[in-house]
Amino acid sequence: MSLLHWAILSPFLLAIIIPILYKSFRRVHTGWFVLVLPLLLFVYFIRKIPEISNGSIIHETLQWIPSLGINFEVIVDGLSLLFALLITGIGSLVVLYSIFYLSKDKEKLHNFYVYLLLFMGAMLGVVLSDNLIVLYMFWEFTSLSSFLLIGYWYHRERSRYGAQKSMLITVFGGLSMLGGIVLLYVMGGTFSIRELIGQADILISHPLFLSAMLLVLLGAFTKSAQFPFHIWLPDAMEAPTPVSAYLHSATMVKAGIYLVARLSPVFAESGTWLWLVGGIGLLTLIWGSFSAVRQTDLKGILAYSTISQLGLIMSLLGVGAAALHYPGLDDNIYIAATIAAVFHLINHATFKGSLFMVVGIVDHETGTRDIRKLGGLMSLMPITFTIALIGTFSMAGLPPFNGFLSKEMFFTGMLSVLSLDIFNLQTWSMLFPVIAWIASVFTFTYSMIIFFKTFTGKLQPEKLDRKPHEAPIGMLIPPIILALLVITFGLFPNILSDTLIKPAASAILGDVLPADYGVHISFWHGFTPELMMTIGVVLLGIILYKTWPKWKPVYNVFPEKLSFNSLYDNSLRLMEKGSFRIAKFFMTGFIRNYLVYAFLFFIISLGITLYWKDALTVSVSNVAPIRFYEVILAIIIALGAISILFVKSRLTSIIILGSVGYTVSLFFVLFRAPDLALTQLVVETISTALFLLCFYHLPKKFRKEERLTFKLTNFMISLGVGIIVTLIALSAHSTKLKESISKFYIDKTYTEAGGENMVNVILVDYRGLDTMFEITVLGIAALGIYAMIKLRLTKKGGKNANENK
Amino acid sequence: MKTNDIILQTATKVIAFVIILFSIRLFFSGHYYAGGGFVGGLMTSAALVLIMIAFDMKTVEWILPINYRFLIGIGLLTSVSTGLIGVFMGDPFLTHYFGYFDLPILGKTSLHTAALFDLGVYFVVVGVTMTIIKSIGESE
Repeated sequence: MSLLHWAILSPFLLAIIIPILYKSFRRVHTGWFVLVLPLLLFVYFIRKIPEISNGSIIHETLQWIPSLGINFEVIVDGLSLLFALLITGIGSLVVLYSIFYLSKDKEKLHNFYVYLLLFMGAMLGVVLSDNLIVLYMFWEFTSLSSFLLIGYWYHRERSRYGAQKSMLITVFGGLSMLGGIVLLYVMGGTFSIRELIGQADILISHPLFLSAMLLVLLGAFTKSAQFPFHIWLPDAMEAPTPVSAYLHSATMVKAGIYLVARLSPVFAESGTWLWLVGGIGLLTLIWGSFSAVRQTDLKGILAYSTISQLGLIMSLLGVGAAALHYPGLDDNIYIAATIAAVFHLINHATFKGSLFMVVGIVDHETGTRDIRKLGGLMSLMPITFTIALIGTFSMAGLPPFNGFLSKEMFFTGMLSVLSLDIFNLQTWSMLFPVIAWIASVFTFTYSMIIFFKTFTGKLQPEKLDRKPHEAPIGMLIPPIILALLVITFGLFPNILSDTLIKPAASAILGDVLPADYGVHISFWHGFTPELMMTIGVVLLGIILYKTWPKWKPVYNVFPEKLSFNSLYDNSLRLMEKGSFRIAKFFMTGFIRNYLVYAFLFFIISLGITLYWKDALTVSVSNVAPIRFYEVILAIIIALGAISILFVKSRLTSIIILGSVGYTVSLFFVLFRAPDLALTQLVVETISTALFLLCFYHLPKKFRKEERLTFKLTNFMISLGVGIIVTLIALSAHSTKLKESISKFYIDKTYTEAGGENMVNVILVDYRGLDTMFEITVLGIAALGIYAMIKLRLTKKGGKNANENK
Repeated sequence: MKTNDIILQTATKVIAFVIILFSIRLFFSGHYYAGGGFVGGLMTSAALVLIMIAFDMKTVEWILPINYRFLIGIGLLTSVSTGLIGVFMGDPFLTHYFGYFDLPILGKTSLHTAALFDLGVYFVVVGVTMTIIKSIGESE
């Protein structure tokens, strides 16, 4: 077990101790104990940068279930390291922020930090695992801990609703992903991602390839809130703001991105991957940015903005996959898309994290997040204002922030789609840059809405719960650090290029990225089409923002009923209703109906089998001659059985049933079975007596004479059962495959068992075990009757039957 | 109104013994002729039921002061322990042994552990039928 394993498991271990720390040190905010761990981990991962940027890969294995090929394999390459740094870095900031955000007197902090640490460990496990099953395990851990965190304020209806929704959607995707993983194992014979990548050429021609890809993508899309699975993310905003900042902007929603990036070398050779990842990404991008403008809740805007930015990264990953189609090309333009994806991933984590924290501060200090109530906070909260300015302008893609750079690179990537000449879809590829551009316009608009509606305009103190003032310094430090990073990465992007971006991109692209490929992000790159597009975005965005109140009614064109949320709600309701109705339809509670099902199944299954196997044979070759007495007895027994159906009185039926039983014992006599005849006689007598007893105790109104009513279905079913049984008996008798073993008993009964009554010898000697359990059955029956009669408790309990009367 | 069952009672006094003797005969002849523990047990309980009809439950209890539920347990124990003989002899469960012995009065007789097993069946059957009939008869 290496240090790396301990690093992944340490959050889980700390999570065990947290409740103890919480109980024993009530005066210290529990968050301070937690803060140490992500900081340590961050430093630990930072120190791996030089090694990784040299191109080496750290690999550690811990045996877990070697017989199934499931081992805790940990691998650190550029991509994993980038994510690990995001998780631990933003994790530390979020913990610091939450110390000031959550009150130590009012909140159940031990719950919060246990969930948060579980999540952190799970996320580290996802990004560092090489084994797909281990990855899946941590993946579900993130779903679980995210569920717990969203429902942290479980007394609120909306929190529970959001938690359930995100749980259902992400677990649905997670299970599909498991299916994809299993298919990958079936194809490649290994769970290890590295080994699967090595077999990518073979896998692509496998018939299961497409299904595996779709299932894995389903997992990635649901987790990363891609269209149309994005609906859980806005509802997850009911979580405490540090959780939103951590999970729903920087880490968990990027797990899907990670998965797509990680498995790109396996799947990207296929064109479907490119179009699916790129297309869904673009769709999510435009839909998210379009819907974000509509929101009035700050966190709602940020949620849709996250959706849209995730779509952006996803589409870049899709386009970047094109690089694998032209591995020989010099100056491969599609590599730029992958690099843009990685760069924007970092940028988004920084500015979105800081924006969430800003919104948390605004919420904390004013008591509302509704932009219709907010305004004019600029002079009251100058630091928050500055951070928000940096964050929103970076999100909008304005210089000199890092968002500008990644947006330019995004446009470059989208424009490169134009030169794709595969799949004969040139006309469609035009859509990529166009959609990207429109989406960016909306992105600009909602960024401006967040910023200006919150901080400029007139203060409306009467609408606010509290008197707004600047947040405590501890709450400001984390967003300040993130905002500083936004500026630093904006002004000096190349400090990232060789340390993080290039190793990550090479992990995504595999061998396609040339070793001497220079990642150089320049701030100014001449009058390129990308720059023109950005200028267009800004101009049109300003116009849209200014005229926003006028074109807002556009959103009312789509009625609420057609939204995906109502689709989700309705389908959930319909599923519940439907299953209830189906269950109610056949679970009627009448034993009569259940018997009909049982008999129908009997008739149909056996009838079909008889027909299908062509088993229906009737042969009369080994039939004994029919004697006179047998015919007489058969007529008597048949008359008895039929007349039971037509007699009026129950008493008569009991007596006729007794006569049928005695006739059966006569049959036993006739067929030379004295033991059976004796037993049958006595047992029939007893059971008739018991029937009479039952009749005697019937309530008066059931003792009246009444004919059995005729029902066609019952008649058909009983007829069918009779016919099927007869046919099976005839066929079974006609096809005797083996000799009977009774010869053995006839020969050996006297010599080996010392008896002459073969029936009895079989009962007590050869097959005594059966007899032993039969007498046990009798004993249980007797004790059961005794218990039912003697131990009659009323519903209240403890009362005797006599008092019940 | 008290009925006078003198004929039935007198007849029962004779017939009950005949039935019991017949049931014992059925039980012992099981290995060679028709019969065995099951029918024998049923017959014995038939005799007891006859006494119960002619007289009453108390008479039966006075004749045979047994708790019939215990009889079920005794019967099951007899059967199972018969099976265990084989285990102690190093053979599989429920292995039976028999042999021919010269007994003082009966002369050459075959003795068979299966008869012990059948005795268990006999006890269980008597216990079961009597428990059922008694509990139903006593219930109100």
